[in-house]
Amino acid sequence: MEVVEGPLLWAIYLTLAVIGLSIAGALLRVLWGPNLADRVVALDLVAYLAMGFLSAYAVLSGEETFIDVALVLGLLAFLGTVAVARYIERVRSGEALVDS
Amino acid sequence: MTDIIAAFLMVGGTGFMLVAVIGLLRLPDLYTRMHAVTKAGTLGVGLLLVSAAASFGELSVTARAVVAILFVFLTAPVSAHMIGRAGYLGSASLWEETVFDRWGAGYEEVRREGEEGPSTEANARARDVYGTPDSPA
Repeated sequence: MEVVEGPLLWAIYLTLAVIGLSIAGALLRVLWGPNLADRVVALDLVAYLAMGFLSAYAVLSGEETFIDVALVLGLLAFLGTVAVARYIERVRSGEALVDS
Repeated sequence: MTDIIAAFLMVGGTGFMLVAVIGLLRLPDLYTRMHAVTKAGTLGVGLLLVSAAASFGELSVTARAVVAILFVFLTAPVSAHMIGRAGYLGSASLWEETVFDRWGAGYEEVRREGEEGPSTEANARARDVYGTPDSPA
């Protein structure tokens, strides 16, 4: 496991800090979002941010396994988004139960 | 040298992620927010994964990063399309300063018909395209 240093280390620290704050901002939109669709879009962005965080942390720790974790996270985010989109359309067409 | 390149890519990806979050927080309606998240977020994730691949410099890591990037690039437009359509057919309203609404101009009958229930067979078939996947055609 090689030690990261120099400009790459500072870039990783900057990335981790900015993405951490960005996840907090995106969660604010999950809280505010007037609609279910807005919340789903915000959660999609949270998943992307977590993927970026994991790839930066993989470089910092030297553990390449985190890249796999990022891949699986993207897969789960896509499945969740598609499921909720289908749910919204089914609520609109009267098939599913309406929940606020 | 690869460290410098990886650092530049990482800072660039972080910038795009920041743009996506600012767009998500500041833009006025669902569709503009979705545009910010899909484009800037996808590019940010891609740059960060390329940066990780460049910094590791191993074939296995590069292959996995390429697969992850391909997956995100293929699925982000699909999920944005699905959630945008669901929001439009649901209750997400457009920004009041929206200039044109091409779907609303063309499919107003379908949308209204879906809320009131189909009256004719042609309308029922037209509604079926957008609404229920399981109902008899």
